[in-house]
Amino acid sequence: MMLAVEVASWVLILLGSFFTIVGAVGLVRMPDIFTRIHAASVTDTLGVGFLILGMCLQAGFGLVTLKLLFLLALFFFTGPVVAHALAQACLHEKIKPVLAEDRRGHDRPRQSNEDDGRQP
Amino acid sequence: MFATAAAAILVALALAVTRAIKGPTVFDRVLAGNSVGTLAIMLLAVVGFLTGRPEFLDIGLTYGLLNLIGTLAVLKFFRHGDLAYDVDEEARS
Amino acid sequence: MRGMAMRRYLSLAGFLFAFWLALSGHYTPVLVAAGAASAVICVLAAIRMRVADPEGHPIELFWGTITYFPWLIREIAKSAWGVTKIVLHPSLPISPTLTVVRASQKTTVGVATYANSITLTPGTITVGVSGKNLTVHALVRDGALDLESGGMDRRVSQFEGSV
Repeated sequence: MMLAVEVASWVLILLGSFFTIVGAVGLVRMPDIFTRIHAASVTDTLGVGFLILGMCLQAGFGLVTLKLLFLLALFFFTGPVVAHALAQACLHEKIKPVLAEDRRGHDRPRQSNEDDGRQP
Repeated sequence: MFATAAAAILVALALAVTRAIKGPTVFDRVLAGNSVGTLAIMLLAVVGFLTGRPEFLDIGLTYGLLNLIGTLAVLKFFRHGDLAYDVDEEARS
Repeated sequence: MRGMAMRRYLSLAGFLFAFWLALSGHYTPVLVAAGAASAVICVLAAIRMRVADPEGHPIELFWGTITYFPWLIREIAKSAWGVTKIVLHPSLPISPTLTVVRASQKTTVGVATYANSITLTPGTITVGVSGKNLTVHALVRDGALDLESGGMDRRVSQFEGSV
C-alpha cells in the first residue's frame, strides 16, 4: 500500500514536471503574445495540478494537504483572471495578433475591425 | 523525487526569464513575470517538502495572492499610466 | 427572500471560519474564539460592502459545482494535452483564430463562469466581453470551431440552471 502511494506520487510529480517544462518551452517558442498565453496556461493548469496532487499523496491526510489544495484552488481562480486581463490589455493596445483566420464576423454583420471587446 | 521536480521548475524558470529578457513587448514581460511567480510558488512548495518544512506553503499562498495583485497592478499601470484610474471619470469627460 | 439572504450570510461565515481553522492549525479556545469573531466581522463588512450577494457568494450553484468541476477538469486535461503536442511538435502547427461566441446563460455569474471556463482550458482565451458576446482567441482553428458548436455553453447553462 505504501509502495503504491509512493509510485503514484512519483508518477504525478514527474508528469507535473514535464508539463511545467512544456509550458515554459511554449513560452519561448510561440510567435506572439496571444499564443504565448496559451502555452503558459499549460503550466498553470496541468503542471501545477499534477505537482500539487503528487505532493498531496506524499503529505498524507492532514492540514498540509488542505493547504496544497487551497494553493491549487488559488491557481484555478486567479489563472484565468490574469490571462484574460493580459489578453484584453494587448488587444486594447492595438497589438495585432498573428492570425490564421478572423472569424469574428462569421455570424453577424461585420463591425469595425478595431473592436477591443470593451463595453462602450 | 522532489529534487527532480525542483530541477524541472528551475529549468522552466530559466526559460521564463529568457522570455522576460527577450520581450519584445511589455506584455510579454508581464506574462513572463507572472509565470516566474507561479513557478516560484511551486519551487517554494517543493523546497518545503525537500527540507521537511511544509510551513513554506503559507508563504506560497501569500505569494500567490501578491502575484495576482502585482500582475493586475502592472497591467493597469501600463494601460492607463496611473494606478488610481477612474473609469467613470473617463466616461464623464 | 429574507431567509435566502440569511442563509447566504451564515454559509459565508461558516466558510470563512472553516478557512481560518484550516490555515491556523492551533486550536486553543482563545484562538478559535478569535477566529469565529473575525469570521463574523468579515461577514458584517461583506454585507456593508454589498458583496455578500448572489454574485459574491453563490450558494445556489453549490450542487451544480459537484458535477460541473469534474467535467471541466477533464476538458482542461484534454485541451492541455492538445497544446502540449503542438508545443513539442517540431514545426509548431498553430492556426490562431479570433472568433465570437454567444453566451446563452441568463445571469452574470453564468456568463462569467463560461468566460472563465473558456480561459481556463488551455488553447482558448476570452479576450473581450461585451454583453453576451465573448471574443475568443483560439490557438488552433478546431478549438474555435469547437466553441462555436456550443458544447461548453450548454454545459455551463445546465450548471447555472441546476438551482
